[in-house]
Amino acid sequence: MQPIVRWFHQLGSPPTFDRFARRWSRVFHLAALPVLALGLWQALFVVPADYQQGDSFRILFVHVPSAWMSLFVFALMALYAAIALIWRIKLCEVLAMACAPIGAGFTVITLLTGSIWGRPMWGTWWDWDPRLTTELILLFLYMGVIGLYVAIEDRRNAARAAGLLAIVGVALLPVIRYSVDWWGSLHQGQTIRLLGQSTLDASMQVPLWLMVIATKLWFAGSLLAKARADNLQREAGKDWVQRQFQEDA
Amino acid sequence: MIAPGTEPGLWRTARALAVRDLRMAWRRRGDVLQPVLFAVLVVVLFALALGREPQRLAADAIAVLWLAVLLAGQLALDALFRSDAEDGSLEQWLLAPVPLSWLVLVRVAMHWATTALPLIAISPLLAEMLHLPHDQLPMLLASLLLGTPLLSLIGGVVAALTVGLRRSGILVALLSLPLYVPVLVFGAGSVAAAARGQDPSGALLMLAAGLVAALVLAPLATAAALRISLS
Repeated sequence: MQPIVRWFHQLGSPPTFDRFARRWSRVFHLAALPVLALGLWQALFVVPADYQQGDSFRILFVHVPSAWMSLFVFALMALYAAIALIWRIKLCEVLAMACAPIGAGFTVITLLTGSIWGRPMWGTWWDWDPRLTTELILLFLYMGVIGLYVAIEDRRNAARAAGLLAIVGVALLPVIRYSVDWWGSLHQGQTIRLLGQSTLDASMQVPLWLMVIATKLWFAGSLLAKARADNLQREAGKDWVQRQFQEDA
Repeated sequence: MIAPGTEPGLWRTARALAVRDLRMAWRRRGDVLQPVLFAVLVVVLFALALGREPQRLAADAIAVLWLAVLLAGQLALDALFRSDAEDGSLEQWLLAPVPLSWLVLVRVAMHWATTALPLIAISPLLAEMLHLPHDQLPMLLASLLLGTPLLSLIGGVVAALTVGLRRSGILVALLSLPLYVPVLVFGAGSVAAAARGQDPSGALLMLAAGLVAALVLAPLATAAALRISLS
């Protein structure tokens, strides 16, 4: 067997994953901190004030990365759930369910920062605008996945049922993504493009991309830590967990 | 064990299930009336809460009617698979020689015919109670005819996911209502657009597209959900 394929198969076993997650969740969290600090410092002190929005636009550097994460985490959760349903990989159930609370957290941050930003810019905390409404629905979907996972007693069935709900919910992701383009919206249109010309000023792009990388790293760390806790809880009766905690103690 | 060559075909199974469901509904006629009564009550409550001025009621009539139909259908969701799960016939569905998603599609269609169709039939009366202008009524009926099957199909997935739970009432609502939002937006939006003199065909076409997609995909998702719930 190829070394990479073998490593991948080994990672699926709970004890190996536990060792892997314990090491790498710390690495990801530690790697995220300097990037986050640099990005925030640039966003708050280096980037010049916007000629229209003044200093209040600086919340963008928190708002936009967390909005992207709220969608990305949902898609990743559905992907893990699909893998778990098709190939019955137990670890993917754990990972999918670990995505849900973290993604819900990013969605709450997006809604809060957007609301705080909207107050001085649009003169209102909230508006029933397509982008805002769909983001709120996304939060309800996250809540639904968590709620269903909690409600079913058998852990494996719960993860698979909640995972299926996540897969069904993916149908809404494109609606959220393109809501700004499809309907006339209070929310500003897309200004950042990975390919082609961005309409966002170049000086704002560096801290934005730093924040995007930082949120991704932080998410990877949190996902591994959360999945590790869930994995240990599920395996609590097994010998290797007992042995490991005796070693640690 | 069924002898080879004598398996029931798709249409025979569908007819048997449809006849059985309709007969059950007919024997319990009172239950069929319950969603209708619920919708009437919602409309009455809205009318009393909004005040008696006809203009005010007419302005909100579309939203109230769509919500009444949506909530009545949502409350009826739990009955979709519940009794079959309790008496074990759902397990027979899993073993049946026809695809589970086909049986699910027939069941959802029959459920729609016995819960949503009476609601649509009563909606002209409800519209009259809310002083909806008569020229908006065809648009309302068209949006309901396209929208309610979509609601039933989406709701079927949620009902299948929660069928294994002993008490699932509020959870079904929490899971299904976020998924209903696009249907409500396009359904009520099409009538509202027509009332403002705009072209409603865009919203109606979106509903129709959603219905076609759901007709294909929702039974598959519902079948997968039933397998998870019963495993």
